[in-house]
Amino acid sequence: MKTYKWLVVSLIMMLAVSLAATGCGKKETSDTIKVGVNYELSGEVAAYGTTAKDAILLAFDEINAAGGVLGKKIEAVVLDNKSDAAEALNVATKLITQEKVVAHLGPATTGATLNVVPVCTEYKVPLITNSATNPDVTVDPQTKETREYVFRTCFIDPPQAVVAAEFAVNQLGKKKMAVYYDNTNDYSKGLYQVFKEQVIALGGEIVAEEGYVKEDQEFRPTLTKFKQSGAELIYIPGYYEKVAKIISQARELGIDVPFLGADGWDSPDLVEVAGPEALNNTFFTNHYSPQDPSEKVQNFVKAYKERYGSIPASFSATAYDAAYLLADAIKRAGSTDTVAITKALAETKDFDGITGKFSFDEQHNPVKEVSIIEMVNGEQTLKTKITPKQ
Amino acid sequence: MKHKNILIGILLIALYLAVYAAIGTGLIAPYYQVNLYLMGINIIAAVSLNLIVGFTGQLALGHAGFMAVGAYVSAVLTLKLGQPFLPAILAGAVCAFVIGIIIGLPTLRLTGDYLAIATLGFGEIIRGLLVNIDYVGGAAGINGIPKLTNWTWLYLFTLLTVFSIKNFVNSTHGRACIAIRDNELAAETMGINTTYYKVLAFSIGAFFAGIAGALYAHYFFLIQPATFSFMKSFDALVMVVFGGLGSITGSIIAAMAVTFMNAALINFGSLRMIIYALLLVIIMVFRPQGLMGTKEFTLKHLFRVKEGGSS
Repeated sequence: MKTYKWLVVSLIMMLAVSLAATGCGKKETSDTIKVGVNYELSGEVAAYGTTAKDAILLAFDEINAAGGVLGKKIEAVVLDNKSDAAEALNVATKLITQEKVVAHLGPATTGATLNVVPVCTEYKVPLITNSATNPDVTVDPQTKETREYVFRTCFIDPPQAVVAAEFAVNQLGKKKMAVYYDNTNDYSKGLYQVFKEQVIALGGEIVAEEGYVKEDQEFRPTLTKFKQSGAELIYIPGYYEKVAKIISQARELGIDVPFLGADGWDSPDLVEVAGPEALNNTFFTNHYSPQDPSEKVQNFVKAYKERYGSIPASFSATAYDAAYLLADAIKRAGSTDTVAITKALAETKDFDGITGKFSFDEQHNPVKEVSIIEMVNGEQTLKTKITPKQ
Repeated sequence: MKHKNILIGILLIALYLAVYAAIGTGLIAPYYQVNLYLMGINIIAAVSLNLIVGFTGQLALGHAGFMAVGAYVSAVLTLKLGQPFLPAILAGAVCAFVIGIIIGLPTLRLTGDYLAIATLGFGEIIRGLLVNIDYVGGAAGINGIPKLTNWTWLYLFTLLTVFSIKNFVNSTHGRACIAIRDNELAAETMGINTTYYKVLAFSIGAFFAGIAGALYAHYFFLIQPATFSFMKSFDALVMVVFGGLGSITGSIIAAMAVTFMNAALINFGSLRMIIYALLLVIIMVFRPQGLMGTKEFTLKHLFRVKEGGSS
């Protein structure tokens, strides 16, 4: 009986191993260009990784249907990094040294991307991330040198706050602002600092500033304080869960001033929790708007919706841009040599993407316009697009 | 007896040299090297947790917290204060050891579920503290840690861990710990100071977890509080239970098997975690005591035929 059990176990193990071995079965590589896709497909931030991967595969299929690049088809090698930074390094090593990819797309988060950067630099393979917004991803914080092989298609955080301040002061004509930021989050604190500086530079005034922590549920005392301070606009650079609660509590208190936020607001849950009514007269900065009337955006939204059944989120759009940007760079480089592709990427000028026309600055960050979204009866609508001043 | 020790020594040195040469000549591809290092770190984490959970019978879920202490202390020492690697590792381990004593004294008065919850809470406290200390980068963590962990360090510390814990378990102290696991009341009646031995085993486990954390930090460039979430504690616990509670060789085999499975299943994309979980379920159904139970894999097993099967 015991031997029988062991037989079963070892058979299953063998099956698993042999399956794993066949999984990496060799494909003909001569007429394809291999691109590594290293994303969070399981684990905590699987939602980000999966939408990005979906958009990339859509883009590659479109490119291949249109004849591919340099007469070859692009072959995506998709691997999951479990939302784990160490695993991302493991996956990148496999993609680069085993699969011999010419470029590396992903990961989605800053931590995982930072872990992959040394591998890409060592083997001189370009990396494009679509959603790692931390400045350190493309610039070494110690030497202040730009990381040669790392690029991104999303804007970093400061331009969002610059645009938000300009929109609040110049377009909405508000002078007295209050800021309510997430004290436990680097993203939120960074936006708050930049927003404050910009508002003051534009002649506005910060009349109240308060921090909340992740666990807070009750915001009325602070909101009452904001009301008494005479603030004409409240800036909340946070994530949608808290933002929704803050706004609905503020509206209950009769605070009817406009609210302004950043890309952390972008989620269907915002409307679900706060309700469409409370969200009227609120705005946030974002990477793109699916309501953008341009033909390019509408084609993308339509194709994505047909294939995956949902409206693409902003990080799907940046991932889609990353895939097209790479194909464009390979075309311009005229070869699949990784160093040549990197050089072509760095020289990108006026690349026409879903998230705007952009060029890379010397720190490999895209310079492009920021979309301002207005919530109208629970629907996101494109209010305006502003290019941040350098 | 002496012959056996010499044989083991020769085998271990041969293994070290063989892998060293294989890495040097490029026989082990970079991708497999990453997994080799993960394997070593997992072995240290699993064996040290086995001392607490398997041998002393205290269900502790805060192992990642001690790894975080080791990782952060050593990374701060090498990166920010420019200290050499060895003192940094030891400092990390000693800090974990001291915190192990501080945490152990109050919490080890609890048993079973309560201890599990208290240690789980401790792991989260460490993580929460790290998020709020700007000196170590807050939620963004420490980036750009020098890559100092090499095969020699990894191998040395893995051996150190395994042999220290093996010798501890076979000593008077270790016997006392096993007695506590088997029946705490009886052990106390026999004059064993249960609190002392529980805290001792707990903090020794923490010491080696600190080493694992330090080696991890200096191989993966970046450490974040999120790296040491309770999932990492569970990973170590899975290896211990999978290998057999109270079997050091079991933990080693399980750590190697888990790392290998993870690497082999990488091509399955998002399905891999499901397959991994399924394999674990199947193994636990057919072998609830773990791969090795409480037995050890010894050279005797290999030479059993020669010795006529008596053990």
